[in-house]
Amino acid sequence: MIRFSKVTKAYPRRGKALDDISFQVEKGEFVFITGHSGSGKSTALRLLHFAERPTDGEVRVSGFSSTVTSDRELWKLRRRVGMVFQDFRLLPGRTARDNVEFALEVTGTRRGEIVSRSNRLLSQVGLAAKSGARVEELSGGEQQRVAIARALANEPQVLLADEPTGNLDERASRGIMDLFRELNASGMAILMATHDLELVRAHPAIRLLELSQGRLAFDSSLGVVTEAPPGPEAPDRTAAPVLPGGEV
Amino acid sequence: MHAFREAANAVRRAPFLTVLSAAMVALALYVVGIFGVATFNLHQALQRIEERVEVVAYLRDGARPSEITLLEEDVLRMEEVRGVRFVSKEDALEAARRDLPEFEELFVGLDSNPLPASIEIELLEGFRTPNAVARVAERLTIYPFVEDVRYGQEWVDRLYLLQRIGGLATLILGGAFAVVAALIIGTAIRIAIFARREEIFVMRLVGATNGFVRRPFLLEGAFTGALGGAMAVGFTWFTYQLISRAIFRLEWIPLSWILSGVAGGALFGLMASGLAVRRYLQEV
Ligand SMILES: Nc1ncnc2c1ncn2[C@@H]1O[C@H](COP(=O)(O)OP(=O)(O)O)[C@@H](O)[C@H]1O
Ligand SMILES: [Mg+2]
Repeated sequence: MIRFSKVTKAYPRRGKALDDISFQVEKGEFVFITGHSGSGKSTALRLLHFAERPTDGEVRVSGFSSTVTSDRELWKLRRRVGMVFQDFRLLPGRTARDNVEFALEVTGTRRGEIVSRSNRLLSQVGLAAKSGARVEELSGGEQQRVAIARALANEPQVLLADEPTGNLDERASRGIMDLFRELNASGMAILMATHDLELVRAHPAIRLLELSQGRLAFDSSLGVVTEAPPGPEAPDRTAAPVLPGGEV
Repeated sequence: MHAFREAANAVRRAPFLTVLSAAMVALALYVVGIFGVATFNLHQALQRIEERVEVVAYLRDGARPSEITLLEEDVLRMEEVRGVRFVSKEDALEAARRDLPEFEELFVGLDSNPLPASIEIELLEGFRTPNAVARVAERLTIYPFVEDVRYGQEWVDRLYLLQRIGGLATLILGGAFAVVAALIIGTAIRIAIFARREEIFVMRLVGATNGFVRRPFLLEGAFTGALGGAMAVGFTWFTYQLISRAIFRLEWIPLSWILSGVAGGALFGLMASGLAVRRYLQEV
């Protein structure tokens, strides 16, 4: 479903944001990507969305390859792989519904279907009652739900989330995590970058990939991967890796 | 539909910029239009003149009839020539009296006829160009009893030169304005893209096709160009009216030229915005 093969991403004058990373994620898996700020989490997710291409190696996502898929075909991948961000990236001044419908309109959904689909999406994320509220009138947690509904508009198989709870309080974060777990339970693969260790600890069953200075320092499904010392923020599980059999 | 709506929104959001861009396109096409009117009229004039283009060989008074017949036969064999007509001294005097009545008294009471005999050579269509005419005239000067050859070269040459200068000026001026117009359209598109960068980000994020993202901007460019083309037609017509009334009568350019002007404006706007879109969409 998702495969990083010896992926390196270097930025001019910034060195390597990702350095020779390989891992694989199966259909329907839920994965945390964690690590210090600057360790390469966002870069990894951008590569998964083909917003950028690796300098070396190959990224494969639901049949698309970073070395084969052209920019012209990106739209196909984007409909299979949804993405949400820490800052939501909603269109300001518009309602929750408008934001969801926008995604349907620009991907050529039939007019008649747009309304029923957006209704379903908004109630799926628990916002049916607030669909007419403008983005500015919504709380952070609600805004993130709108963003999630939008990301789900074209029924993707994978959801990428870059620090989706980074701007939210604990309660709202928990709400988003619950929503993610629901989505995951219905078969959606989720890759979520976070540096919130509380949150990671609270979900020991979720697979953990830890990045450290652009290298894959730890994969909870395999144990320690490199000798790179885990950072001070490293979660407890580094010391006692959860083996594949331990995953639910 | 989305593209039309968005293009219309862009125009509504920045009407000044749209009008400015259209005005620049209009200026470029106006130059082309003015020279279009000029060229069209020159072309018409040239055609009228060409129809009457003929070479006249004036003969010395001593030329013998057999020599003249020989000349006529030689001339008729030239590939450029459609026909020849001999004009005797008497015919010439007759014609002069008829065509120039204001000089009547000049011709009365003359002992001898001062006008030379001549042969008038009519050329075939396609050989009424300065080159062909000069070629025929050149050959005639060889005959010793041909005193002079005239073919209105000054006029023909001058009109052809005018036409060529007009074409060149159109190209240079129109081209200069076109470059400026393209830059302004590019700027307008860039501003439109920048104003909508968040939407563009979301469109790409959720899987809109490249064409879908670009289309509103291309439409905006095409619309601006067509608007400019229409404005140029208006300006040109106004100028045409002014000249026609105040200076001399001109003919209005054909409808097909006008339609090409507007279509050309639209195509120009489309291409300018296409270049801009290609360039500036990468920045957002
Ligand atoms: N567009 C970019 N240009 C240059 N350097 C970048 C860019 N994006 C990320 N980086 C660098 O790559 C490294 C990893 O960044 P990032 O993936 O954002 O880390 P994280 O999301 O884990 O905080 C950082 O050193 C960052 O400065
Ligand atoms: Mg980040």
